[in-house]
Formats: sequence, structure tokens, C-alpha cells
Amino acid sequence: MLPLVLNNVCFAVNGRTIIDRVSMEITAGPRTVILGPNGAGKSVLMRLCHGLLNPTYGSVAWHGAANGRNRQAMVFQRPVMLRRSAVANIAYGLKLAGVSARERELRARDVLEAVDLAGIADRPARVLSGGEQQRVALARAWALGPEVLFLDEPTANLDPGATRDIESLIGQIRAGGTKIVMTTHNLGQAKRLGDEILFLSQGRLVERAPVDRFFTKPASAEAEAFIRGELPWK
Amino acid sequence: MNEIFAAVGEAGRMIARFDAAVVDIVLLSLRVSLTAVLLASLIGLPLGAAIAVGRFPGRRALIVLLNALMGLPPVVVGLIVYLMLSRAGPLGEFGILFTPGAMIIAQTILIAPIVAALSRQVIEDTWQEYREQLRSLGAGPAASALTLLWDTRFSLVTIVLAGFGRAAAEVGAVIIVGGNIDGVTRVMTTAIALETSKGDLPLALGLGIILITLVLSLNAAAYWVKEAAQRRYG
Repeated sequence: MLPLVLNNVCFAVNGRTIIDRVSMEITAGPRTVILGPNGAGKSVLMRLCHGLLNPTYGSVAWHGAANGRNRQAMVFQRPVMLRRSAVANIAYGLKLAGVSARERELRARDVLEAVDLAGIADRPARVLSGGEQQRVALARAWALGPEVLFLDEPTANLDPGATRDIESLIGQIRAGGTKIVMTTHNLGQAKRLGDEILFLSQGRLVERAPVDRFFTKPASAEAEAFIRGELPWK
Repeated sequence: MNEIFAAVGEAGRMIARFDAAVVDIVLLSLRVSLTAVLLASLIGLPLGAAIAVGRFPGRRALIVLLNALMGLPPVVVGLIVYLMLSRAGPLGEFGILFTPGAMIIAQTILIAPIVAALSRQVIEDTWQEYREQLRSLGAGPAASALTLLWDTRFSLVTIVLAGFGRAAAEVGAVIIVGGNIDGVTRVMTTAIALETSKGDLPLALGLGIILITLVLSLNAAAYWVKEAAQRRYG
């Protein structure tokens, strides 16, 4: 279903423009990290890509696929755990995807096994630690076998240990052939997990560059100021 | 003062020996109010969920109306149901005025708005948390409503028990449409009203004690269910 093509996308709420004329193509392969200061519109752009929001103007289209929703998934900054066990949370996503009852139980347990959470499969999801909840959320998305996985600040609320777990899990999902598109505040994480950077400022896509070049030789003044502001010792 | 103590003592003895008159009245009360709360839940819970999840014209007005209907005076409900069911009324041909059926109808009308309005509130709060995640997983409005009903189940139990408490404790509606006929439509509240005015304090007090015990234990149960569930499921 990739590439995902955004053509002159605008998004406004009550007359306030949040995303301003963004045109881009998200292709299979490189891990894409969306960076930008607070309020730049990173999360909104991601929701537009995922289909949770509809553009006010312009178009978001999966190349060639009539309905991309079933092959893409999203994980949010704060994991939303349903009031049931971890394994049932994963089976729930599979149920909505139309997987049969017997198969979804098996697949849910397999996925939990794969993310090293088999031990907590039957625990109520909402009493798990924040890191475990986020891993269950990732497993729930991964179980759907997505071609593209959107991650909105997946480690923003987590401690360093849990962040490491999530990062290695993202690597695992990526190794399975899933395209990763994520936002982060953490520039170290952007370097570790990104192949290319999309830099947003005030709703505009200011710069798109491979990760090395972005951090060493940013082309735009905004990106340079952002990097300097985030890494003042540089 | 002595008279009151004697009455209390006699009331206690009546309860202890399962006095036939007391037992019949209590059983009828339970039958009427439990049936009413069951019907009110079948109407109110789906309605509450639908309003919480749905977006349609007149939604706000409906919420205001439901909230207002929570305060319906039982005697007014009784009067309206009486007019509907009386010989000259539109539903007069069924001949159910002054039967337990009429009392069930009146109490259902009385508590369905309570169940609907309170469950709408609880479900909508959870909906705020779940909305993006459920949409991302591909849940439509109906699937979302069902998920929310299940995930708020412990709060909904509390709401249903509150509805039962209200039904069991009201006198205005059942006395009008039931007629307080001995052995047919006499329930705890109407019996208390009648026996007090007749001066038969032991029976009135005995029923009063049972009613209060019932309402107290229901509230304790509701509180306990919610506490236990909160600890177990988060």
C-alpha cells in the first residue's frame, strides 16, 4: 500500500492552521522520524497520515490501495489499555480486524511471547507498569501485521529502562518488515531509530534529510536553531 | 415512648419469624422493582452508550432532557401511567391498571432515565480516553459502544443498583397505579404509608427496617464491587 502520498495537505481547527500545505511521499524502507518544536504539528500530521483526522484541504492517499486502514496501525504516547487482560487487549485488535476467535487467541499469545511478555499475558492490562502497557500497545499494533506502524512519542512518558525496551521492540518490529514512522522529542532517539528526518516547523514541512546530514548540516535556519536549542552544548 | 419501643420489638419479632404478611409484601416489592430495573437497564444502558458515542443533531438537548428526567417526581409518573392505563386511556383495553404489571411500567419509566443519564456520563468519560485507539483499530460506533459498555461494567453495576434503590424506595408511582391492594399490589413502601396512617406501627416499622437494610446492603455491595474491581482491573 506504500507509498503514502500527501498532496498539499492543510489542516485547520476553528480557523487556526495547524498543518500548512504539506506535500510529501512516505516510502517503504527507511525509518522516518518526524521532528519539530512543540506545537509544530507533528502529532496532527501523523493522525492525518493514519486517517484519524481528515485534511481540511488537500489529499492523503495510499498509492494504489483503496483502503489502507487494515494494513496500518498506530501507537499513542499514552497507551490506551482496555479493561481486560493483556492478551485480551491484543485479541481485541485482531477481532476488529476480522480474525476468528480461535486464531486470535493463538496469535495474541504468540505476539506476547515474541515481545517477552508471556508472563503477564493474563494480568489485567490497566494495572501493568507504564513500560509494560506501552509494550502491550506495541504488541497489539504489531499483531495486526501492519505494513506501516505510526508511533506518536512512544517513549515520552517512560523511564530510561522502559525506553530501551521499547526501542529494541521497535527494532524488532522493523526487522519484521514493517515501515516505521514516528515522532519523538528525544534527539538521541531520533538518531538511534531514524534513517530520515522530516522536520516540521509551524505546520510546514521545512526540511527532509537523511539523519546524519540533518544533524551535521541542517539546510534550514529553523532546523539549525532547533538542533542548537535541543543540544545547547554542541 | 414505651409504645414505640414495643412496636420496634414487635417489628423485630415479625421479621424473625418470617411473618407471612411481611414476606409476601417484601417478595412482591422485589419482584416489581427487580423487573423494573431489568427493563430500565435494557433500555437505559444501550441508550446511554449510544448517546455517549453518537454524534447527531439534538444530542445536547437529549442529554439535558435525560438529566432533567432523572428528577421526575414519582407521583407525576404515577399519574401519567394511570391516565394511559385507565379504562378511558389509550392503553386501557389491556386492563392492567392496579396490577403489578402497571407498577413495573411506572417504575421502569421512573428509573430508565436515571440509568441512561448516569451511564451516558460514565461511558462518555471512558470514550474520551478510548476514542482514538478504538478508531485506530477500526471500531465503528456500534463496536465502540459495546466495548465501552463492557469496559465500564463495574461502574454500570453501581448505576443499576442505584436505580434499584430508587425503585424500591419510591411510593408515589406504585401507590397510584397499583392501588395498594392487599395481597395483590401492596409493596413495602405503600404498606408502610398505609399501616402508619392506620396506626399499625409494628408492621410499618418492620417493613421500614427491611427496606433500609436492603438499601444499605445494596449500596455497600455497589461500593464493594467498584472498589474490588478498581484494585483488580485498574
